[in-house]
Amino acid sequence: MSGSLGKDLLGLAKLSADQIRLVLDTAVPFREISERKIKKVPTLRGATIVNLFFEPSTRTRISFEFAEKRLSADTVNVASSGSSVTKGETLVDTARNLEAMRIDMVVIRHGASGAAQFLAERIESCVVNAGDGTHEHPTQGLLDMLTLRDHFGTLEGLRVCICGDVLHSRVARSNIWGLTKMGAEVAVCGPPSLLPNAVHDLGVKVFHRIEQAIEWAQALNILRLQLERMQAGYIPSLREYNRVFGVTRQRLDRAPQDILILHPGPMNRGVEIDSDVADGPHSVILNQVTNGIAVRMAVLYLLAGGRPELAEAAKEGSA
Amino acid sequence: MPETQTTLLDARAMRRTLKRMADQIVEFSNGTDDLVIVGIQRRGVPLASRIVKLIQAQEEAEVPSGALDITLYRDDLQTVGPRPVVGRTELPGDITGKRVVIVDDVLYTGRTVRAALDELADFGRPSRIALAVLVDRGGRELPIHADITGTTIQVQPNEHVDVLVEELDGKDAVIIARKSE
Amino acid sequence: MTTVVLRGGRLLDPGTGLDETGDLLIRDGRIEHAGHRLERIDDAEEIDCTGKLVTPGFIDVHCHLREPGREDVETIETGARAAAAGGFTAVCAMPNTQPVTDNQAAVGFVQRQGQRASASRVYPIGAISVGQKGEKLAEFGEMIGAGAVAVSDDGRPVMSAHLMRTALEYALTFGVPVIDHCEELTLAEGGAMNEGIVSARLGLKGIPDEAEEIMVIRDILLARRTRGHVHLAHMSTKGSVELIRWGKERGINVTAEVCPHHLSLTEDEVEHYDTNAKMNPPLRTAEDVEALQQAVKDGTIDLVATDHAPHHYDEKEREFADAPNGIIGLETALSVVATWLVKPGIISWPTLVEKMAVQPARLFKLPGGTLARGTVGDVTVIDPDREWVVDAASFRTKGRNTPYQGRTLHAKAVCTVVGGRVVFTENSAAHGR
Repeated sequence: MSGSLGKDLLGLAKLSADQIRLVLDTAVPFREISERKIKKVPTLRGATIVNLFFEPSTRTRISFEFAEKRLSADTVNVASSGSSVTKGETLVDTARNLEAMRIDMVVIRHGASGAAQFLAERIESCVVNAGDGTHEHPTQGLLDMLTLRDHFGTLEGLRVCICGDVLHSRVARSNIWGLTKMGAEVAVCGPPSLLPNAVHDLGVKVFHRIEQAIEWAQALNILRLQLERMQAGYIPSLREYNRVFGVTRQRLDRAPQDILILHPGPMNRGVEIDSDVADGPHSVILNQVTNGIAVRMAVLYLLAGGRPELAEAAKEGSA
Repeated sequence: MPETQTTLLDARAMRRTLKRMADQIVEFSNGTDDLVIVGIQRRGVPLASRIVKLIQAQEEAEVPSGALDITLYRDDLQTVGPRPVVGRTELPGDITGKRVVIVDDVLYTGRTVRAALDELADFGRPSRIALAVLVDRGGRELPIHADITGTTIQVQPNEHVDVLVEELDGKDAVIIARKSE
Repeated sequence: MTTVVLRGGRLLDPGTGLDETGDLLIRDGRIEHAGHRLERIDDAEEIDCTGKLVTPGFIDVHCHLREPGREDVETIETGARAAAAGGFTAVCAMPNTQPVTDNQAAVGFVQRQGQRASASRVYPIGAISVGQKGEKLAEFGEMIGAGAVAVSDDGRPVMSAHLMRTALEYALTFGVPVIDHCEELTLAEGGAMNEGIVSARLGLKGIPDEAEEIMVIRDILLARRTRGHVHLAHMSTKGSVELIRWGKERGINVTAEVCPHHLSLTEDEVEHYDTNAKMNPPLRTAEDVEALQQAVKDGTIDLVATDHAPHHYDEKEREFADAPNGIIGLETALSVVATWLVKPGIISWPTLVEKMAVQPARLFKLPGGTLARGTVGDVTVIDPDREWVVDAASFRTKGRNTPYQGRTLHAKAVCTVVGGRVVFTENSAAHGR
């Protein structure tokens, strides 16, 4: 049904365009709350939300925490590291313990693809995927789409290119599923060693040179290049990556139109993106951060938001 | 389920009532100094906006106005279900020390107004808050009263009151709809 | 003198061309007669096989019985009983145990445990290299002397071409096959499923076809050079089939096996991160499945083996990337092949019997594989029309990790005879009688 997100937000691949639109539309008024002096509404008062982060992450966790607190929920942060094997308590046991504590919602970030679904299948609480392995990072995809929509007015027909290590990126995947569902034209750009072998079956255009991407796109979503990729031999060096694939002022100046610049952060200045681009007039990177809280508030609100069968009854009454 | 409708106020009557309310608001507030009119989403907003225009025509003073969406302050969030978008909340500046008049279309249980009071409290501390409603249909569940009332009506349990406004519904009217068995 | 008569079944022996309804007589552990109806025989155990197939005993040349080391997950006894329940009269146990079965004492242990189990026969396979470390050859001679029927480092590939070559040459001394698990580790590293569109979508690292195919062609070329017998374990790709065909066309002594799951399931099974669909080599695409089915039909693939790999429930109840590889198979193998290949008419029952009984015996030089007079009395009785729903909880294996849970399969082994002794029959409270 178009109004509901269901019990969990695990990814954008399974959401309909209507559902995505609902989240984006709901995020807009939530943005306003962060502008108030008292940045709080009592909507989720009494709700308990656990931020279960198995991978270190400051910015996503803080963003979720602000979203939860601004909705007046009680939050608990659990930081753990490693897989079930190394850390001693299995994900199954963690799930069961949380359930026994009657948690309303869990926000989980984990290094294994499928971990959010694994958890969601085993507990009654709502589960929000804050990034599972290389699979999906749905709230990032949503906030990226909101940022694009703010600027362009619509996502339909918008030409967006995702640049960088798409192979290992959950942000890329969520963006690809979300944007294509909303009617945007999506491309990826990077050396073949950083793109999935089956990339042509994903419904996206493929560029291997950043110049081509810049020629084509209305917006670039620039992914962080991780040091491990170089060490694992996918690219020879970070220096070369910047020389060949870096989004630089000179390259952007040759673009036929102004290109909006997005980056999920944290940035490797001088590797995938140069400082003058990151701090330049077309960068909406900070807007992404602001939108992040609003989108997460919207998601938590919609997931917590109750039972449809009572909605009809309620509609009659209270004014 | 078939519905029968009775018109409580037609367009002219409604506009007449709004004019009277606008005058009463100014009287109640001893003038337009520090007066702020805030409409409750959804239909309270166009009504508030009309009242502001009526006051301007009569008093030649521009009274600041705003809109308040109380969805996030409801006490029945669990039963709201997959409600569509939360509406716009926008207040004209700091409301601390101002005389705020909340405008809504129908006053029934009082819960919406309670939510509005909670929300306003998060924005500041008005020197006074008053309530102006177009229709008071009784049936209060909380100790809330309207300071300015357009019209009062008693309705049966199987009836409900609908306010239609030109801006959203294409016409002005106050209708009582009765569900027939 | 013990005598067993199996009456009225369809006697199927592809090796001799026998295919007729009749009786089978086993006396003192050996087949005495397979053919026309017999008169009543005194003191004989009678088994009514009306409507059933009576075939040479099925042999699984590739299974993991976990003992010694992981008896919590399977023992040689539970494994042998599971095999019997699946219609197998013999199994070959892979040596990737803890410790590795790489010496005569270890091989002897497995041998004896198998005998004590009194169910299916258990033939040990010895390791190719000491500790399966891929460095030093294990003592083939000693292991074979103690009962090993083949050598393999399965579980792991033999990464060193030099070691593989030496193994093939050395094994020729004893006439046993060298079984290779074909996986190029640097390509496959960290992979959890087939590399393709599904892995791209699910965000799981994939294992490309080439990880298998590179080793397949390497082994075929080494078999050509050494004139040794290389047996390729659990083939999973269309490309491998084409390479094997190339090798056989040139008279190279390469044989190959396929597992029932690679003949029936594709990478789509992984869709919900179901760890019961995780094994190595992984489930591939529909194209690969079809190529393997055809290869079974045309003989490019010589036999079907199970790669039965039980795991503890807790180990599989994990994030997909962390879960161990492997599924059980002894009690579903026959039915899966029947359901996906015989029922749709891709192969006939005689071909299935050839792949699961005749060829294993012949290629591994094991007793059985035929109903000819004088052969050991190892017989499998199959109900070809049975329909049954898979419920792993009722299996005799300790493992529960099967992707077929809840599915309806066709055909079932209803009675298994080893050396003239019934080691499995349906509706039996006590195993073996």
